[in-house]
Amino acid sequence: MIATEKMIATEKTIEHRGAGSGWDVARVREDFPVLGQTVNGKPLVYLDNAASAQVPRIVIERGSKYLREEHSNIHRGVHYLSQRATSAYEGAREKVKRFINAREARECIFVRGVTEGVNLVMHGYGRKFVGEGDEIVVSEMEHHSNLVPWQMLCEEKGARLRVIPMNDAGELLLDEFDAVLNERTKLVCVGHISNALGTINPIKEITARAHKMGVPVLVDGAQGAPHLALDVQDLDCDFYVISGHKMFAPTGSGVLYGKAELLEKMNPFLGGGSMIRTVTFERSTYAAIPDKFEAGTPAIASQIGLGAAIDYLNSLDRAAALAHEHELLAYATEKISAVEGVRIIGTAREKASVLAFVIDEIHPHDIGTILDHEGVAVRAGHHCAQPVMQHFNVPATTRASFAFYNTKEEVDIFIRAVESVIEVLG
Amino acid sequence: MSEELRELFNEVVKDHEKKPRNFHRIETANRKSLGHNRTCGDMLVVYMQLEGEVVKDISFLGEGCSISKSSASMMTEALKGKTRQEAEAIFDKFHQMVIGKLDAETLPDQLGKLGKAFGNVHKFHARVPCASLPWHTMRAALEGEEMTSTEHVGPALPQPAASE
Repeated sequence: MIATEKMIATEKTIEHRGAGSGWDVARVREDFPVLGQTVNGKPLVYLDNAASAQVPRIVIERGSKYLREEHSNIHRGVHYLSQRATSAYEGAREKVKRFINAREARECIFVRGVTEGVNLVMHGYGRKFVGEGDEIVVSEMEHHSNLVPWQMLCEEKGARLRVIPMNDAGELLLDEFDAVLNERTKLVCVGHISNALGTINPIKEITARAHKMGVPVLVDGAQGAPHLALDVQDLDCDFYVISGHKMFAPTGSGVLYGKAELLEKMNPFLGGGSMIRTVTFERSTYAAIPDKFEAGTPAIASQIGLGAAIDYLNSLDRAAALAHEHELLAYATEKISAVEGVRIIGTAREKASVLAFVIDEIHPHDIGTILDHEGVAVRAGHHCAQPVMQHFNVPATTRASFAFYNTKEEVDIFIRAVESVIEVLG
Repeated sequence: MSEELRELFNEVVKDHEKKPRNFHRIETANRKSLGHNRTCGDMLVVYMQLEGEVVKDISFLGEGCSISKSSASMMTEALKGKTRQEAEAIFDKFHQMVIGKLDAETLPDQLGKLGKAFGNVHKFHARVPCASLPWHTMRAALEGEEMTSTEHVGPALPQPAASE
């Protein structure tokens, strides 16, 4: 009970936060228990937010409350606990709906993350509506999760994958997009923000051009959801996919948003319990959306946690949070540009949160080890976007990615660590 | 910069990274194997000219970090002219060293230059697969296999004690 009261108190405190101007980063950091630890005797500087963002106390406590007081299966029992679990789970769906401004909650399908969401659309929409000679359009900067499923579909159906190219700043060439769109195009699949480059893509422009040809658009929102104010109706995208763990919620949570009329005409994805209306040995009929796409017992605690993460984000001054992230990116970009031998990969005019770079003659994996030694967590590798690496002719990059709880002091520590890399290995 | 890091990225490692030895294809190779570490993307091909039981010639080509590249380079130097049995014995010793199972005091006697260069890798858990990749690839080539990977090589990371 004490923990519950404490949580309610926490909820109340954060309701009142963010009313003032500016951004109180020190206070926000207190909401994230993980940030207080040391690594190799140094304070943790967590700059791997594009891989997984950290989880605030309110989310941890909400998940823990479910496990302590509500754990049971949803949509099944008439008993008290099942009712409570169901109402928390469906409550989280309502929160998602408002967060992304969907028309209806049933347009929000709970999935494990973007990978599952894209695969759901590939199976449910792609395998039903894409045939031989048809075309799927992706962009050159896609994460493998929004590329490989479409390659698999094209291989199965004898369809063709077309690619919107980008320039050397990492910006999509929209004229080339028009050139690949045609009457055989069945779907356009593009990321909102590139995880490897930080580019914010002009989704409204892309959906407008695709819709002119009658083609639906799927947006990979893994990086968009944590860093932009979302409005799927304004974007007018047909599908929008979110990973919870990149927006301060637990792993195993996520959302596929789809326009109801599209979701309704799609095939189911996984078959099993919950997604049926009636079952006989002769045939089964399927439940209405969203249940049609939620076979089996879902990650209840994680999805309720996602709802709590949305509460948390709503309790912040989101505009100030995003402005702070932007300031960090600009500050880090300026500082790292002054380090000799560093080349930034991804210099689009519209960028968010991601600073990827290479250093002459030094492998990113070696950079990552030295930064880790200084307590700085970054990602070194191909970022599940190998075609991006091929475009820039590098095997891998080092990527720092920021969240609203990072500080300028942390950027300074990161820059000093990069300088020491050159000292040791240059 | 800490002493530990300087020991990891020591002068021998840096020298072999910048000027890798036997960094070419052997046109007449009768064994060749591709090694790939999916976690970091390191990739190399080990070429081997095996005559009877003797590694007559060995070389490599590939893309990777300083640890994997220098490990590959020094491996080719250490194994050229060795018998299959000798190569396997050195492989075993090297493996024991990078997972921290060799006594540091007797290390130089057991592995010489390799011990000097890679004796500290075991302190950097994430780098054990880098140092191991060329060696596992070499052993695959020796055994006539064409592919191998080393994402999961190494000791389990010790878990910090629970603290409240």
